[in-house]
Amino acid sequence: MSTATTLNESPVAVRDLTVAYREEPVLWDVDLTVPEGRLVAIVGPNGAGKSTLIKSILDLVARTSGTVSVYGKSYKENRELVGYVPQRGSVDWDFPTTSLDIVQMGLYGKLGWIRRPGKKERQIAYECLEKVGMEDYADRQISQLSGGQQQRVFLARALAQDAEIYFMDEPFAGVDAATEAAIVNVMRDLREAGKTLIIVHHNLETVLEYFDWVVLLNVQIIASGPVNEAFTLENIRKTYGGRIAALNSLNGSEAESTVLMGDG
Amino acid sequence: MTFLTSEQVILLTGIFAASSCALVGSFLVLRRMAMMADAISHAILPGLVFSFVLANGPNLFVGIFGASLAGIATVVAVEALQRTGLLKSDAAIGIVFPAMFAIGTVLVTRYFSDVHLDADAILYGEIAFSPFDLLIIGNTNYGSYPLIVLMLMTVVNLLAILLFYKELKLATFDAGLAAALGFSPALIHYGLMTLVSMTTVGAFSAVGAILVVALMIVPAATAYLLTDRLGLMIALSVIAGAVSAVLGYYGAVAFDVSISGMMVVMLGILFSLAALFSPSQGIVSKVLRRRRQRERFAADLLVMHLHHHRTASESPDHLAAELDWTDAWLDRIIARAQREHHVELRDGRIALTPHGDEAAHSIARSIGVPVD
Amino acid sequence: MVPEILSDLIFDYTLRNVALGSALLGIVGGVLGSFAVLRRQGLLGDALSHTALPGIAIAFLLTNSKAPLVLMLGAAVAGWIGTLIIINLVRETRISEDSALGIVLTVFFGAGIVLLTYIQHNRGANQAGLDKFLFGQAATLVERTVLQMGAVGLVALLIVAVFYKEFKLLSFDPEFTASLGFPVRWLDVALTSLIVAAVVIGLQTVGVVLMAAMLIGPAAAARQWTNQLGVMIFLSAFFGALAGVAGSVISVQAARIPTGPMIVLCMTAIVLISILFAPARGIVWEAIRLRRARKRNLERRRTELRGEPA
Repeated sequence: MSTATTLNESPVAVRDLTVAYREEPVLWDVDLTVPEGRLVAIVGPNGAGKSTLIKSILDLVARTSGTVSVYGKSYKENRELVGYVPQRGSVDWDFPTTSLDIVQMGLYGKLGWIRRPGKKERQIAYECLEKVGMEDYADRQISQLSGGQQQRVFLARALAQDAEIYFMDEPFAGVDAATEAAIVNVMRDLREAGKTLIIVHHNLETVLEYFDWVVLLNVQIIASGPVNEAFTLENIRKTYGGRIAALNSLNGSEAESTVLMGDG
Repeated sequence: MTFLTSEQVILLTGIFAASSCALVGSFLVLRRMAMMADAISHAILPGLVFSFVLANGPNLFVGIFGASLAGIATVVAVEALQRTGLLKSDAAIGIVFPAMFAIGTVLVTRYFSDVHLDADAILYGEIAFSPFDLLIIGNTNYGSYPLIVLMLMTVVNLLAILLFYKELKLATFDAGLAAALGFSPALIHYGLMTLVSMTTVGAFSAVGAILVVALMIVPAATAYLLTDRLGLMIALSVIAGAVSAVLGYYGAVAFDVSISGMMVVMLGILFSLAALFSPSQGIVSKVLRRRRQRERFAADLLVMHLHHHRTASESPDHLAAELDWTDAWLDRIIARAQREHHVELRDGRIALTPHGDEAAHSIARSIGVPVD
Repeated sequence: MVPEILSDLIFDYTLRNVALGSALLGIVGGVLGSFAVLRRQGLLGDALSHTALPGIAIAFLLTNSKAPLVLMLGAAVAGWIGTLIIINLVRETRISEDSALGIVLTVFFGAGIVLLTYIQHNRGANQAGLDKFLFGQAATLVERTVLQMGAVGLVALLIVAVFYKEFKLLSFDPEFTASLGFPVRWLDVALTSLIVAAVVIGLQTVGVVLMAAMLIGPAAAARQWTNQLGVMIFLSAFFGALAGVAGSVISVQAARIPTGPMIVLCMTAIVLISILFAPARGIVWEAIRLRRARKRNLERRRTELRGEPA
C-alpha cells in the first residue's frame, strides 16, 4: 500500500476542533479518529456541522481552535492522499465542458501548475468514468446529464485523484436508484482496496446497510464507532433531539428501520 | 417661479432631483434592481430620439412617454433574454443596455448632430443650465423647466408610494404572498419600472443618466445601512439625497467643478460614513464587535477545554499546540480569563479556578452543549 | 465593394488602425469576457470601466502626461480599488452585490467627472483628449496607441494561455480548486486584473459606457455555439474581432456613424443571431422541435383513438 499507510497513522485525526461563525459554534470541541479502510458515515440533523467538519479538515474553512491531521501530517502536506466530492449543487452545471473533462480536473492537483492533461490523463479519466458506469457519457455536455449522472461524474473525478482517503458531501442527495447502487459499488470497491471513505449522509435508513462506521454529529460528536455499537436508538435520539417521531428496531445487522423525520 | 435667483434654482433642482430619485430608489435597492436601473438610464436615449422625431423637436410629455417606453422595452428585453435560459441575468443586462445606448448614439450622431441632443449631455447633464432653461407657454414665463419637471416627478413618485405603499412593500418583501393576495407582482414591477423611467427622464437633463442612477441607489443604500424600517428608510434616503445636493452645490462652487458630479461625490461620502460607522451595520462597529465576540468565544473555549480535559493544569506550550493558537493569541486569551478569575497560573501552568469550573457549566448551558 | 474594403483595410492608414484596435479589443474582451460571463461577473466589467475614469484623471493630474500607458495604469489602480470596495461591501455589510456594483460605478463616475471638470477649469487646453475615454475615439486611434494596446493585450492573452487550466478549474469549481491546493484568492486576483487590462484597452476604443458589451457580448454569443470552453474562448475572440472590424468598416464607409456604438451594434447582432439560430441551443430550432413533438403526439393520440375498438 501507499507509503503513508506504513506510517501507522490514522487517516484522519481531529483534536479539540471548534469552528465558529461569529460567536455561534458550528462545531464544538470535536475529537475524532477514523480507522483505516472503513466506510464512515457522518450523520446528524441540518445545521449539525457535517459539511463544515469535512471542509475544516480540508482547510476550506478556518478553524477557531484545534488541529487536524491526515495520515499524521497537516492536510497541506498530505493533500495528495485526499480525494473530495463537494455537494453537487455547489457548481454551475451549465459550464461549457464534458464529463471526461470534469473527471480530468481530478488530476490537476498532481499535474501541478501549468502542465496540461494529455493522452495519459484522458485514459485515466475514461477508466474512472467506466468505474461509475458513465463511459458512454464521456463526451456529453454536463448540463445534459441527469442529477444522478452528474453526481457520478463528480465521483469519477474524485476517483481520478487516486487518493487514500475520500471525503464526500451528500453524494446520495437527490439521485436515482441506479446512481445510488453505482455509488455504493464504488464505495465497496474502494474499501476492498483499503481506502478510507468519509461520507456526509442524510438517510438514516441506509446507514446500517452501506456503512461500517458511523459518526453521529450535532455540533459535538455524540457518538463515533462501528455502526452496530454506535448507531443505537439512544444515540440517534441524542443526536436528533426530539425530532424523531418513531424509530424501530436498529439492532444487529438487520436494516429494518423506519425513521420518520420531523420538520428538520 | 421666476422670483428665484439662479443659485436658488440650481439648489432646488438638485434637491428635487435627489428627492424624486430617492423615493423610488429604496425599492430598487431592496428588490436588487440597481443594475436594472442603470440599464434603464442608458436605454432611454433611443426613446428620447424617437420622441424628438415624433414631436418634431423637444417636447416634455412626448419625451417622457418615449423614454418610459424605452425603459419598459429594456426591462422586457432583459427579462425575455433571461427567460431563454441561454444567458445568465447579468449577461442579459450587459447586452441590452449597451445596445440601446449604441442605437441612441448612432441615431443622434447621424441625424441630430446639429441640434441640442447629444450623448454627452445625456450622460452627464449640466445642472448649472437649469436656471436658463425656461418653461415658456404663450407669453408667460413659468421659470426653470427642469425644476418644474422635477418638482412634478417628486409629487408623482410621492403620490404613487403613498397610494400603493402596502402593495409595494408586500411585493418587495414577499412577492409570492402578494400574488396570493391578488396583487399582481408583475403589475407592481412594471409600474415601478415606469416610475423609474419617468424619473430618469425628468432628472437626466440636470444630472445626466449615470448620475441619476447614483441619486436613486446611493441614498437608498445609505439609509438601508441605518434602519430596518421601510418608511424610515425612504425618508432617510430623501434626506441624504437633499443634503448631498446642497453640499455638492457649495463644494462644486468652491472648487469650480461639475455640480452634479460633486453631488454624487457627496453621496459617496455619506454612504462611506454609513458603511463605516453605522451603529448596527457599519464595518467598524462590526469588526470591533466581531473581535470582542472572538475573544469572548475563545476565553469560553479555553475554560471549556480545561474543564473538559480535567487535568489539574496545562503548560501554555501544550495548550497552544492543542488549540492550534499562536502564542500571542493564547497569552491574550489567558490574560482575559485571568481577569475574569476563571483561570490562574500555578508554577507557570494554566489551571482552572473553582470559579472557572462554575463558569464552564454556565457556558455549556448557554452554548447548548451537555456538561460532561 | 468587398475587394475595395479589403484593400482599404490594408492600405488606408486610419481604417487600418481603427480596425486593428477594435479587433484587438474584440479578441482580448472576448477571451477574458468568457471567464467573466461564466463566473457571473459580466457587470463587474461594466463597473470597472466606470471606475477607470477617476483613475485616468488622477494619473494625469499626478504626471501631467497623457501617455496611454500612464493613463492605463491609473485606470487599472482605480479599477482595483473599486473591485476591493465592491467585494468588501458585499462581504461586510447587508448591501447586495447588485447595489454595490451600482454604488461603486456611479460614485466613481461622479468623482471622475468632478476631476475632469477640475482639470478642464484649472489646466485649460491640456485636458483635451481625456474625455474621449467616455465614449472612446476609435476613429482617432494612432499607430503608436494601437501598438501599446497590442502589447498589453498580448501579455494578457499569454497569461490566460499559460494558466488556462487553473482559470478553467477556478471558474467551474472554486472549492475543489482550493482543496487541490491552488491559491484561489490569487487566481481570482489575476483573472480580475486581466479583465481590468481588457477594460483599459476598451476605453480608448468604445469608451466607458459600451465596454460592458465588448466583455459580455462575444462570450454570450460564443456560448451558444459550443459546449467546450476552449472552443468557446476562440469563438468569443473571433466574434469580438468580427464585430470590431465590421463596426469600423461600416462607420468609416458611411458618413456620420460613430465607431464605438457601431461596433457594439454589430456585437449585438451577433448575439441575437446566436441566440436565435445556434445549432443546438438556438430558440428557433427549439421552437421547431417543440412544435414537431407536439404534432407527433397529437397524431399518435389520433391513431390511438381510431385504433381503439368502438
